[in-house]
Amino acid sequence: MRIALFITCLADAMFPDVGRATTTLLRRLGHEVVFDADQVCCGQMHVNTGYQAEALPMVERFADLYAEADLVVAPSGSCVGSVRHQHPLVADRFGSRSLQRQTRKAAEHTYELSELLVDVLGVTDVGAHFPHRVTYHPTCHSLRMLRVGDKPLQLLRAVDAIDLVELPGADQCCGFGGTFAVKNADTSTAMLVDKMRAVLDTGAEFCTAGDSSCLMHIGGGLSRARAGARTIHLAQILASTAEDPFQPDVAPGSVTADAPVVAAPRRSGGVA
Amino acid sequence: MSSPDAGSAREEVLGRIRQAHTAAAPQPWPYDDIDRGYREPERATALTGEALVELLVDRLVDYKAVVHRCAADAVGETVAARLAGRGARRVVVPVGLDPSWRTAEVEWLTDEPALTVDQLDGADAVVTGSAVTVALTGTIVLDAGPDQGRRALTLVPDHHVCVVREEDVVHGVGEALTRLDTGRPLTWISGPSATSDIELSRVEGVHGPRLLDVVLVGS
Amino acid sequence: MSTVLLGMPGLPPASPRGTGNLRGDEAFPDAARSALGNAQLRRNIAHATTTIRGKRAAVVGELPHWEQLREAGRQLKSHTMAHLDEYLVQLEAAVTARGGVVHWARDAAEANRIVTELVRATGSDEVVKVKSMATQEIGLNEHLEAEGIAAVETDLAELIVQLGHDKPSHILVPAIHRNRTEIREIFLREMGDAPADLTDEPSALAAAARRHLRRKFLSARVAVSGANFAVAETGTLSVVESEGNGRMCLTLPQTLITVMGIEKVVPRVQDLEVFLQLLPRSSTGERMNPYTSMWTGVTPGDGPQEFHLVLLDNGRTRVLADEHGRDALNCIRCSACLNVCPVYERTGGHAYGSVYPGPIGAVLSPQLTGVEDNASLPYASSLCGACYDACPVKIDIPSMLVHLRAEHVEEHRRQSRTPAVESVVMRTLSWVMGHPRRWTAAARMGRLGRLLRGRRGTIGALPGPVVGGWTSARDLPAPPTQTFRDWWRGQEDQK
Repeated sequence: MRIALFITCLADAMFPDVGRATTTLLRRLGHEVVFDADQVCCGQMHVNTGYQAEALPMVERFADLYAEADLVVAPSGSCVGSVRHQHPLVADRFGSRSLQRQTRKAAEHTYELSELLVDVLGVTDVGAHFPHRVTYHPTCHSLRMLRVGDKPLQLLRAVDAIDLVELPGADQCCGFGGTFAVKNADTSTAMLVDKMRAVLDTGAEFCTAGDSSCLMHIGGGLSRARAGARTIHLAQILASTAEDPFQPDVAPGSVTADAPVVAAPRRSGGVA
Repeated sequence: MSSPDAGSAREEVLGRIRQAHTAAAPQPWPYDDIDRGYREPERATALTGEALVELLVDRLVDYKAVVHRCAADAVGETVAARLAGRGARRVVVPVGLDPSWRTAEVEWLTDEPALTVDQLDGADAVVTGSAVTVALTGTIVLDAGPDQGRRALTLVPDHHVCVVREEDVVHGVGEALTRLDTGRPLTWISGPSATSDIELSRVEGVHGPRLLDVVLVGS
Repeated sequence: MSTVLLGMPGLPPASPRGTGNLRGDEAFPDAARSALGNAQLRRNIAHATTTIRGKRAAVVGELPHWEQLREAGRQLKSHTMAHLDEYLVQLEAAVTARGGVVHWARDAAEANRIVTELVRATGSDEVVKVKSMATQEIGLNEHLEAEGIAAVETDLAELIVQLGHDKPSHILVPAIHRNRTEIREIFLREMGDAPADLTDEPSALAAAARRHLRRKFLSARVAVSGANFAVAETGTLSVVESEGNGRMCLTLPQTLITVMGIEKVVPRVQDLEVFLQLLPRSSTGERMNPYTSMWTGVTPGDGPQEFHLVLLDNGRTRVLADEHGRDALNCIRCSACLNVCPVYERTGGHAYGSVYPGPIGAVLSPQLTGVEDNASLPYASSLCGACYDACPVKIDIPSMLVHLRAEHVEEHRRQSRTPAVESVVMRTLSWVMGHPRRWTAAARMGRLGRLLRGRRGTIGALPGPVVGGWTSARDLPAPPTQTFRDWWRGQEDQK
């Protein structure tokens, strides 16, 4: 099938590996992946922070690009959630009748990765190989907005050599919440600490999920605490095979393991 | 500022509601269109006969009521045993209580003329009948009928012996409501008084009766 | 329209400032910061909410038709709000026909004044009270106290709060932030008649409360209550409770004054079959609460012989005027959303400032007061959605929070000439993200962030309000050497 990849702004700029893994995986399964360079962002951050009018250009662009597409996939539960639930809302408030129709049309064939694989493409065993201990965190928007249920777990269970362990209190929010992590940084941190404790209690090397944003949050906390465990997107596990395994030594977010450039700045440093 | 004029407050609040409805017209939702989809599964799972009574017993016991089953001609002796078991000597009864239920050798305090609050507080127990009982939730409903009396009777004494006839047992809350007359004061009782106010754990025994004995009479 | 509406075109008024307990003293993030550092509070609330979540899940799981009940509850409430004026008039007529007296209060001050006058008329200088959110909302106890009338709270948790000179922190269990040991200490210190050998066993503490309030109940002449439901068709009022303090107040005094928000009305008696199933399972995790009282006006020879019903607006009609916010009026005050909320679980209720804490408080309080008076509350959520799933009447709290955030941003924009820093950032981002060429350039520039990375390839603590909020506890990944779109173009070129 011909599948349009909506990479999401965060993965584009910060986690290109997730996009590469999604591409690799879908091609391996025999599908054609197309990427329209005119795409940018779903606008969720704007809507969730209260800037609905400012989200309109992004909503329009998404509808323009994808209302007529066959299938759209995004490796993010919350961005797909935004497309389904927030785009019609913004269109109703600020957009034309035609945009109101187009947003709904685009949303109908836009899927989160695990939905696409299990519901649309009908596969659970994607031929992946991942010989590591992994725990799965169902992100809130995947779980409660999209209702992906156990689809990601179905996919993970079928991965060869994986040691999949259950995450206690899995349905509890990690504390990211977009601008919540900044506006209510203390509360967000308190939630993060509990999520990290749950992850570490499993003894897993990797905590996986379907959202780069929540993973950036959990991974950032684990990194700061020198906890040893790290985060990985579901797409990266599913893309990994015995022949072309995931390289766990690469620093998060970087595509090559190049040497450090400068030492970490001090608080008093002039980096603002 | 609002004026203390009561009439204008009424008109103003009602006017504000209409103003709100004008500002943002509500979605029309006729009463008869309300989806009562819960009723069918309720009906489909409703128990009858002995299964219904067993469900009731299970639910009553779960919430710390003590249940005694007996035949219709053994209510008096069962009630007497319950009163004796708790050492009750002064026992309140509503005027309409079946005389055959009050065979115990105790001092009966009939609520006619009306007992004072202090008399009720000085009593050890109260014996009443009941109007309807919900098996699914273990809830006994009193409707202040002649065999139950006014509400204070079943509230102030610390021990309530309540007679429930099996023919008055229904499965769910909805069925109970169809049998009740809200023109009468209703008290729905599920177990002895309890609270969840300390650490959200339930403990029995606060202001209402701390002992609830249910005498379940076969039909 | 009556002439009183002149001067407030468009919308009904919000709850006025100055009276009641809908506004806090500080913004949520600041109040939360101190709560988060209170180890005992954290442990107490985590323990209580974890307990109740398990109980709720168990009894909800017993009902195969739970989802249909929720949907019926939602529809019933939506129907009622669409016909609120008609149902209130019907309720008033039914209560009056049965010997009750109905009063209307536009706001907190008016409700307080009405209740005070009614109590005065009885000659009593003391009232016993059943726990009621409406009277907490309007600050009735403080008002009565100032007028020389003692208000005795009789619900155990309310008593703990009152004796501890404390504030309520939960809708159902206002003393949820206290554990048994603290409650014992409060009783020993403040109760006067607490036994010296009082233990911290919950049953012993409940028994102490029973002894303490017994004489008050038996001698009280006036009671003040709230109401869970009022049936328009029959004029029947209902209070749902556990301890029997409600029955005491509703039964023994000569005079009963019930203060009720106008949104509590339900159309017909049979509709209670929905709410009496939804409420106890959602709130205390019981199949049914120990006691539910229903009364209709005055019953000769049984219970209070004088009954007054005060119908309170206090900003509710303002909420009704917002099509995206009015479902907040559907709330039946069960507290399920508080008990499942990860933010509430960590900050407790006081951080919300208003008497309505937690997720429902974060949408209800700003609407009752106008969003600018509680502007930090719509942001006091990670939008995780657990509240929506738990709500017995399916209030979409997350969507409402997002709606109120927009209202705040737009209101702020209307009121001030200089835009907030955040607003400038958001507009700039909108400009950048509205166009792929600008975005491509910006995302590439992100690579400059690599200059900040440390030996482990990540970015540690940084100064500044936005990035600093993030890096105070989390590392930032260093931006990659190549954006996805650059990688994509590279591999396409190689084809």
